[in-house]
Amino acid sequence: MKLYLKYFAMHLKCLAQYKASFVLLTIGQFLTAFSAFLGIFFLMNRFHTVKGFTFSEVLLFFAVTLLSFALAECFARGFDTFSSMLGNGEFDRILLRPRNTVFQIIASKIELSRAGRLIQAALTLGIAVGTGEIHWSFAKGLLLVEMILCGAVFFASLFVLGAAICFFTTEGLEILNIFTDGGREFGRYPLSVYGKDMLRFYTFVVPMALFQYYPMLLILDKSQNSLLFFSPVLSLLFLLPVAVVWKLGVRHYRSCGS
Amino acid sequence: MKKMFAAIRPYAALFRTRFFREIQYRAAAFAGIATQFFWGGMEILLFRAFYETGGETPMTFSQVVSYIWLQQAFLALFMLWFWDADIIECITKGNIAYELARPLGLYRMWFTRVIAQRCARALLRCVPILLIALLLPEPYRLTLPPNLPAFLGFLFTMVTGLLVVAAITMLVYVLTFFTMSPSGVRIFAASIAELLSGAVVPLPFFPGKLRLAAELSPFAAVQNLPLRIYSGNLAGKEALLLAVVQLFWLAVLLGISSGLLSVARRRVVVQGG
Repeated sequence: MKLYLKYFAMHLKCLAQYKASFVLLTIGQFLTAFSAFLGIFFLMNRFHTVKGFTFSEVLLFFAVTLLSFALAECFARGFDTFSSMLGNGEFDRILLRPRNTVFQIIASKIELSRAGRLIQAALTLGIAVGTGEIHWSFAKGLLLVEMILCGAVFFASLFVLGAAICFFTTEGLEILNIFTDGGREFGRYPLSVYGKDMLRFYTFVVPMALFQYYPMLLILDKSQNSLLFFSPVLSLLFLLPVAVVWKLGVRHYRSCGS
Repeated sequence: MKKMFAAIRPYAALFRTRFFREIQYRAAAFAGIATQFFWGGMEILLFRAFYETGGETPMTFSQVVSYIWLQQAFLALFMLWFWDADIIECITKGNIAYELARPLGLYRMWFTRVIAQRCARALLRCVPILLIALLLPEPYRLTLPPNLPAFLGFLFTMVTGLLVVAAITMLVYVLTFFTMSPSGVRIFAASIAELLSGAVVPLPFFPGKLRLAAELSPFAAVQNLPLRIYSGNLAGKEALLLAVVQLFWLAVLLGISSGLLSVARRRVVVQGG
């Protein structure tokens, strides 16, 4: 942990050297997320509800997804650009160091420039909580935090999966964008709006609904089943297959010697 | 006439080489097709949920479906967040010197390159997406345009729309000469321009005045116009009027970007090396 903080400080100093580009990137991220927000606003403004969810309720789903994704992007971005690490031999250097590989990759890149998305997500969360008619309680607040954290781990594990696949293909697989960027885009709405089959897909194959959809029902008082409180934790099971693929990948790895 | 051909020939050759270079990336195109197909499908499911809620809609469901499939099929033609990293690098790193040494117009050279790149990418991706979308079961199917004028209007506005995209792209490259970092302009194009071109939500869904403003903006010429003409959502006088607006913006954008480029060319300092 101490080492991570040291890395963190290092990245912060590095960032301070490029202030203008940091500010621009932050604004850009903000604007991109903002146009997604406007998209939701326009549609909800016209139709008022979708599958029984109101605008402020949809915003809550949007905020949770966006926050999880932004957090994952801040801290696990190293995996997202992993193919270049394999290509330029950087990974060999990592293997030589007496520290855990996953830890080193996480620490190699901390993208604080993703702050724009984070700010946007936090603001949206504020609006959703402020305008909604939810009876908040301590348990609900706790659940919300749990959802966001589990969501962040989920997105991070998707990045790791993408990186692990690079061991076999060297190039990144664009198809995985369906789940990373796609998860972020489609998670703007409750995952149930895409129909029963898609909800099943997002429950059992790519378990995004476990932190984005089911527990939210509890918060919105649409369900009384208190077992749903634990569903975000279940989504962490996704880490297991990802860890296996990663291990296999590292074993499969052969340096290209550059 | 002969002179004109001689003037065009190098650009045609440039178009050909770029085009065939891009068309080599078939595996990437395959991944792109899968992604875009999934994307379009999810987008349609979302609109289905909204249409089930009911209420007054500015487009029929089948128009929305056609709009979304075409959007995915021709993504490469219209996406405003795609840049040629080579060109930007050549401006910021100074390789521009080579480009300037060539006996061709810089503006026309890059313009050809932008168009060739987008055409090749779109051609690789659009056929399978269009084929599958045309064969899907009823409410989710890409329908044929309502009549021949709609189809011809679609073809015409698509070509001019592509030219507008290329002009906007050129403007971004040219502005890079002045800022040396493309991120600022790029970010604007990737967010606000995408929204105004109807990439996030089709423009008819925008509320009142905002819809009018968006429809008259240069970005509406990009995908909003051809896709809505195809689906039959826009026809007759209104379509004609918006096509004129599109041509107006095309002229303005071409003028500004080529004018700025000649200013930039005079200022270029290549620091040896």
